[in-house]
Amino acid sequence: MKKFINKVDDILVESLNGFALAHNDLVSLNLDPNFLTRKQKAANKVAIISGGGSGHEPLHAGYIGYGMLDAACPGHVFTSPTPDQMLAAAETVHAGKGILFIVKNYAGDVMNFEMAAEMLPFESATVLTSDDCAVINSTYTTGRRGVAGTVIVEKCVGSLAETGADLQTCKALGDKVNSRTASMGVALTSCTVPAAGRPTFDINDTELEMGVGIHGEPGRRREAMREADAIIKDVTDAILDALKPAPNSEALLLINGFGATPLMELYLIYNTAARLFSEHGIKITRSLVGNYTTALDMAGASVTLCLLDDEIKQHWDSPVHTAALRWGA
Amino acid sequence: MKSSFIVTAATAIQSAILNHESELESLDRAIGDGDHYINMKRGAQAIVDMQPELAELTADAALNKIGMKLLSTIGGASGPLLASFFMGMAKVIKEKSNTSLTTYASAFAAGVDSIRQRGKADIGEKTMLDVLIPVANQFTTLAAQSASAKEISLALTQTAEQGMLSTKDLIATKGRAAGLGERAIGHIDPGAKSCQLMIESVCNLIK
Repeated sequence: MKKFINKVDDILVESLNGFALAHNDLVSLNLDPNFLTRKQKAANKVAIISGGGSGHEPLHAGYIGYGMLDAACPGHVFTSPTPDQMLAAAETVHAGKGILFIVKNYAGDVMNFEMAAEMLPFESATVLTSDDCAVINSTYTTGRRGVAGTVIVEKCVGSLAETGADLQTCKALGDKVNSRTASMGVALTSCTVPAAGRPTFDINDTELEMGVGIHGEPGRRREAMREADAIIKDVTDAILDALKPAPNSEALLLINGFGATPLMELYLIYNTAARLFSEHGIKITRSLVGNYTTALDMAGASVTLCLLDDEIKQHWDSPVHTAALRWGA
Repeated sequence: MKSSFIVTAATAIQSAILNHESELESLDRAIGDGDHYINMKRGAQAIVDMQPELAELTADAALNKIGMKLLSTIGGASGPLLASFFMGMAKVIKEKSNTSLTTYASAFAAGVDSIRQRGKADIGEKTMLDVLIPVANQFTTLAAQSASAKEISLALTQTAEQGMLSTKDLIATKGRAAGLGERAIGHIDPGAKSCQLMIESVCNLIK
């Protein structure tokens, strides 16, 4: 393992400190329990809190600020945060209109946020994101995983909350965006959890992992490496199958890097995915390309399609000012 | 149950986890995300660090304290699940003042039931419950038959081992491995393995 590390046990705190220093106009950091909030506490709105394991930066702390999150709770690398973090964050950002948790659908995250919600002295609701269509959904399983589509949910719900909308209205928009969003990822290499010190899975130069999760958990299939157009066609087909969009649907296309794929390749993927979707009659009218939900140092990318309506479009376009997303403000 | 036993058990559990680093790590790398050992190690260390404090408490208070500490230390799915176990156990120990094996069996069963409710999982889903549910059932049965502590600990050690091995041939329907489908077959569930290790190390203390 070759990484910028002083001591493995200090990575998280040193990185959080760096983030808080670099963005000290936007966020405040609390350590033990670890959580970050907006520098200026917002008033009279639903407070939106997200969180999850670290290693997915800029998710979630990078989305704290006007028009998105009020707080984020970072766990250890790839490990969900604990209820004491959510409780302390909620105490700090609660602004009289309840707490909305945005949680990626993983057993650990769900349980820790659930226990926090049970202990919380305020009204709360939860939006579970589950956009990863690589995992087959079933009532008997944990269900689809929450991946890069979470960013779109956080952006839209964050925008709505700024208007003073109530808790249930915010939750309803989050659930709607999630239900209209599907993602699928491909890994070309594994990632290395610093404390483990070696790659999470073995993969050679002639292989790819189709449907990989954002923790390096294996996907559905190990396949032979081939040209980009062929790989991306399998991804867009899976997304089309999951969303079954009506002809002429308007959509947002997000190409997300996993941490070690250059933007040059991400734009190449965008080029292919946009063409394939438009061949299916989908009008791509919004786009986002970059590293928004990473998996440490994994090479690979995910494609996310979100079917827009007027409400989602309005909240996607509205001003946002965070470390990782900023427009109109 | 005395809190001195809980303190001793904490050390035994920690050694069992530390002694199986590579095995726990490779099981989780195969069908999870490779952090199970690190999380269990962190949890065990936090409890061992509390030993002086735990020794001063009644058994139910010590179990509750362990639950709260694990909840704020481990994270992931194991944190809330193990926390629910100890807090569920504490409730029964507090209610029943006697210290019979039937009380311990019903406390253990209550702890396992708390895990089942929190995780919304059951036996056969390739999780820690494939170890815990058979162990809880057998504990209850043997305690009702007035088996000796030694007999019970030997039997539970074997049952835990069988339960752990049974996860190898299962498809996961809960937890991180649920996305793998048939690819999870052939791998023992890491959570089932660490539970088996914990049960074995506590049973070994009973002479």
